[in-house]
Amino acid sequence: MQRAADSLLLLVILTNFLVLGTTRLSTCIRAVAWQGALLGLLSLALSSTWSVHAVGLAAGTVIVKAIALPRFLAWAIREASVRREVEPRVGFVASLLLGVLAVFVAAAIAERLPVRGAHPVLLLPASLASVIIGLQVLCTRAKAVTQVVGYLVLENGIFLFGLTLIDQVPFLLEVGVLLDIFVGVFIMGIVVFHINREFDSLDSARLTALKE
Amino acid sequence: MLFALVMLPAVGALGAYALRGGTRGAVAYRTAWLVGVAALHVLLVADAWLDPPEPVLHGWLALDALGLVVLTTVSGLFAVVTVSALGYLRHENPRGGRAFTSCLLAFLASASLVSISHHLALLWVGMEATTLALAPLIFHRHNRRSLEAVWKYLVLSSVGIALALFGTFFLATAQADAGAAARPLVLEDLVAGASRLHPAWLKAAFVFLLAGYGTKLGLAPMHTWKPDTYGEAPALVGALMAGGLTSCAFLGLARATEVAMAAGQGPFVQPPLIAFGLSSLAVAAAFIIGQTDVKRLLAYSSVEHAGLLVLGLGLGGVGAYGSVLHLINNALVKGLLFLAVGNVVLATGTATAASLGGLLRGLPASGVLLLVGLFAVTGSPPFGPFVSEFTILRAAMGGGHLWIAAVMVTLLAVSFIGLAVMILDIVYRPAPANRDPPLRSGPESGWLVAGPVALGLGVLALGLVIPRPLQALLSLAASALGGAAP
Repeated sequence: MQRAADSLLLLVILTNFLVLGTTRLSTCIRAVAWQGALLGLLSLALSSTWSVHAVGLAAGTVIVKAIALPRFLAWAIREASVRREVEPRVGFVASLLLGVLAVFVAAAIAERLPVRGAHPVLLLPASLASVIIGLQVLCTRAKAVTQVVGYLVLENGIFLFGLTLIDQVPFLLEVGVLLDIFVGVFIMGIVVFHINREFDSLDSARLTALKE
Repeated sequence: MLFALVMLPAVGALGAYALRGGTRGAVAYRTAWLVGVAALHVLLVADAWLDPPEPVLHGWLALDALGLVVLTTVSGLFAVVTVSALGYLRHENPRGGRAFTSCLLAFLASASLVSISHHLALLWVGMEATTLALAPLIFHRHNRRSLEAVWKYLVLSSVGIALALFGTFFLATAQADAGAAARPLVLEDLVAGASRLHPAWLKAAFVFLLAGYGTKLGLAPMHTWKPDTYGEAPALVGALMAGGLTSCAFLGLARATEVAMAAGQGPFVQPPLIAFGLSSLAVAAAFIIGQTDVKRLLAYSSVEHAGLLVLGLGLGGVGAYGSVLHLINNALVKGLLFLAVGNVVLATGTATAASLGGLLRGLPASGVLLLVGLFAVTGSPPFGPFVSEFTILRAAMGGGHLWIAAVMVTLLAVSFIGLAVMILDIVYRPAPANRDPPLRSGPESGWLVAGPVALGLGVLALGLVIPRPLQALLSLAASALGGAAP
């Protein structure tokens, strides 16, 4: 189970790089969908017993993160007829290098923070790396859809870390957490859709009417 | 009873949404509903003062001194804002106002939840709910500018909320060593077992909680959503955000500080708080000078006061008392200013200073209110903010941080100049003659003026005397934050 968890965590880090390096938006969305599925599998791999709660959480994670949200995003880009990411403020090669740096920083921080209990070594680094890379995508990408993808990566990183707390944090909270985050992203998605309607594009670089 | 504080406005929100239609009857029903729920909520809070409720849900929900201060502030401000909403919804009939009313009540419900949550993850849920409740209110006018504003607001707030959740998770991990009997993430157990919290995790938790809740509070450099959001949202919503949302975000940060101080991490926690406080003062002062839009001006003033709140928290000692007192004063004075500006915008149709003018003659009530607000918000005696800002200043001087006191006074003076230039200008300078269409003026609806007048009287009263029960409450809150009463 531990070996499986380590491999899954490695795949999570790789999907982050996929998000960083691709020009095609549909690939971005597919990468984050795969990440969601991996997270669902991980929640099963890391729980000591496959209780109803654990299976339910895994199923809910897969449904929301791997199926529902990516489908909604894919619908949004179909409606808006966007296909490719334009050259971001930080070029793709530089993005990938920054991503590698993010993983190193994450590993360095993870060394200072000892995780209690028997958790795979890669868990905290993968979580921190996803958070940093998610923030990076949010800050450096032009298209609103990619920014939403970056936010989802950020959330996945936080969820990854939350998996260490399954035994401590009660059930109600996990549902509340997922639900709230989902609703937040959902609304962001709707706004993205409206941005397309209003601006005839999903380029958030055009959101410059309000300034000093 | 604690449940009722949250359930009442929540049910109210659903009820307000239930009635469709934009007919006069429907609008009247909805506004009556809004005022009724707000009034009941104030009564519930008054009851909580007289008869403090017991903790429920295994201590997840409880009302301590700091929570009661925030709850009272939000509830009172909300009630006053609904009085103005009566006038607002009559003049500007926004597609029936269904979503508007129910989102307002949803905000009240979630702010109440934040005030009474002693489970830090539940507090986080409340903060997230306030973010979501405000978004449709900001987007109220459904035009391009408000779309841009709400997008920026959502992106920054969502990232902030996500980072705050990360910090909350770290805090739970820090508590893992505290023993099996401790309830995870419950404030009392965190403080009681503070010596056993893992220091590295606690510090990391504080960093993320500061970043996350600081974004919601509008500290520089995470403040960039404020000017656009306050500029585009209706003034009512601006009042609630500047007074209510700021108070809730400060509460989140204060809880984190409470735990850190109890664990002896004061020296780690205080420098970043002071740094963010001073940087917010500086950024606010820089952007207040030369501002052209009145609502954006108020947004930067809100950044300034958020900085003051955090500065007081970081200075400790008497500063904590000053911060909690300032929380109340800030809410009252921001409510006053935003409602007054709202009246001006409603009457004249613009918030740009260059197009305004002659308010003392055209809209005398709002003009006077703006003047009163100007002096109050910049900390002139005999208004409330003078007392709280002076207390924070005393904390800076008393702790030997003379340079902090000097920087604070300088920046406050610069902000005063910037605010005074614009407000005095639009109140006294004659209205631009060649304006097309000509500036509307005339008698102002009683409903629209009653609210800000009440807030003005409140802020004046607090400057003259702080009632004994309130003093006691503030001292309790300050000592929980590692400080003391003056």
